[in-house]
Amino acid sequence: MYGFDYHRPGSVADATSALGGADDGKYLAGGQTLLATMKQRLAAPSDLVDLGGIADLKGISVSGGTVTIGATTTHAEVAASADVQGAIPSLAALAGDIGDRQVRNAGTIGGSLANNDPAADYPAAILALGATVTTNKREIAADDFIKGLFETALEEDEIITSVSFPAPTSGAYMKFKQPASRFALVGVYVAKTADGVRVAVTGATSHAHRGPRLEAALNENFSASAVDGVEIPVDHMNVDIHAGAEYRANLVKVMAKRAVEACG
Amino acid sequence: MPTVSMTVNGKAVSADVEARTLLVHYIRDHIGLTGTHVGCDTSQCGACVVHVNGKSVKSCSTLAVQAEGADVATIEGLANGEELHPMQAAFKENHGLQCGFCTPGMVMSAVDLANNMKNLDEATIREQLDGNICRCTGYHNIVKSIKDGAERMGG
Ligand SMILES: Cc1cc2nc3c(=O)[nH]c(=O)nc-3n(C[C@H](O)[C@H](O)[C@H](O)COP(=O)(O)OP(=O)(O)OC[C@H]3O[C@@H](n4cnc5c(N)ncnc54)[C@H](O)[C@@H]3O)c2cc1C
Ligand code: FES
Ligand code: FES
Repeated sequence: MYGFDYHRPGSVADATSALGGADDGKYLAGGQTLLATMKQRLAAPSDLVDLGGIADLKGISVSGGTVTIGATTTHAEVAASADVQGAIPSLAALAGDIGDRQVRNAGTIGGSLANNDPAADYPAAILALGATVTTNKREIAADDFIKGLFETALEEDEIITSVSFPAPTSGAYMKFKQPASRFALVGVYVAKTADGVRVAVTGATSHAHRGPRLEAALNENFSASAVDGVEIPVDHMNVDIHAGAEYRANLVKVMAKRAVEACG
Repeated sequence: MPTVSMTVNGKAVSADVEARTLLVHYIRDHIGLTGTHVGCDTSQCGACVVHVNGKSVKSCSTLAVQAEGADVATIEGLANGEELHPMQAAFKENHGLQCGFCTPGMVMSAVDLANNMKNLDEATIREQLDGNICRCTGYHNIVKSIKDGAERMGG
């Protein structure tokens, strides 16, 4: 890892000005992705601006059926939160199944979303639940936030401050883990919401996306058997040593069925 | 160079280190506590697990500066003089180690588990131990040790 200057601001305003004053600075949250990237010298920021000392970015609140999670809240805190377990149990379960215990104690929801790994879990959650990502500048609907491979709507110095999830009537996330990394080989989140059924798929393609074919079928008939008749296109599926395109496309259906069954 | 201060095993410590210094190197090279191991340096193996403010983390994937002011516990802080911590005693008596390289991380993860989850069964222990790898593959006795150790700790 190359050297850098370290900053630990106490407020969002101080964080943006620290980044603004840097040559090529980056925000640091749990470090569970960024530090590994820096060790491999795939990133070499001149400055790290640690968001860990900003009290406003931490914590979970529920109001009027919406769960709001501060950006630096760890996966372990989301999983253990009685508020999240009560309002959106499928979201608490998703957080409790990210990586391993030590990763969950350090990694944050803001870091995971800003990074937008193609196999990460939270991107599927924000899409399926129709969440809103709040930054220091604006509110971004989940559908506009996820842009591409490791690409989001965030501007260079924009900080995610919190994420708000409207509680669905019911929901379930099923992930087929890549057993070594525990990231999703394929993960499917199904939610019954006020706007009908929403389905999000992660791990399958270059970035998490909604599943319009699955949504149409499930809006007509919310049952696992409805998934059988859906054709999942194989063209854009990720292909790697762990799984080919057809296998991944089939996993989308299998995970979708399991999620529908778990929704009840 | 930033001066990084924290409490390690109940003792106030301080060292001038580069910002890029990992917590594991701060503990091993600057504080001189070499019980915490580096197995992979890539967040996979868990040999480097320590507690930061009561939570188990991988110290190879944490910067020392991120732990400024924190309360850190390492394997050296568990025993009470000559008397082993109940989890250490359980590892010893259940043959929970072979070469011992992964053991400091295993024990620190196990103590975090026992402190934070009650009535640990075998399936839960195996699942929660996902972040710790034993190259000698002695998982059976490690899981047995953790179940026994958790019971000795009152869980
Ligand atoms: C062994 C291992 C297993 C894992 N398994 C999984 C898994 O199963 N599923 C999964 O989803 N993830 C998994 N992860 C990734 C993990 O969830 C990370 O926590 C996450 O990707 C990054 O979060 P972080 O807080 O550590 O962010 P960091 O690594 O600190 O930062 C990541 C990126 O986000 C930016 N950033 C951070 N916070 C903000 C913010 N508030 N606003 C704007 N930008 C920000 C940083 O500048 C950086 O570019 C795993 C990681 C490891 C090491
Ligand atoms: S050395 Fe830290 S996880 Fe392997
Ligand atoms: S006892 Fe040898 S690595 Fe675990």
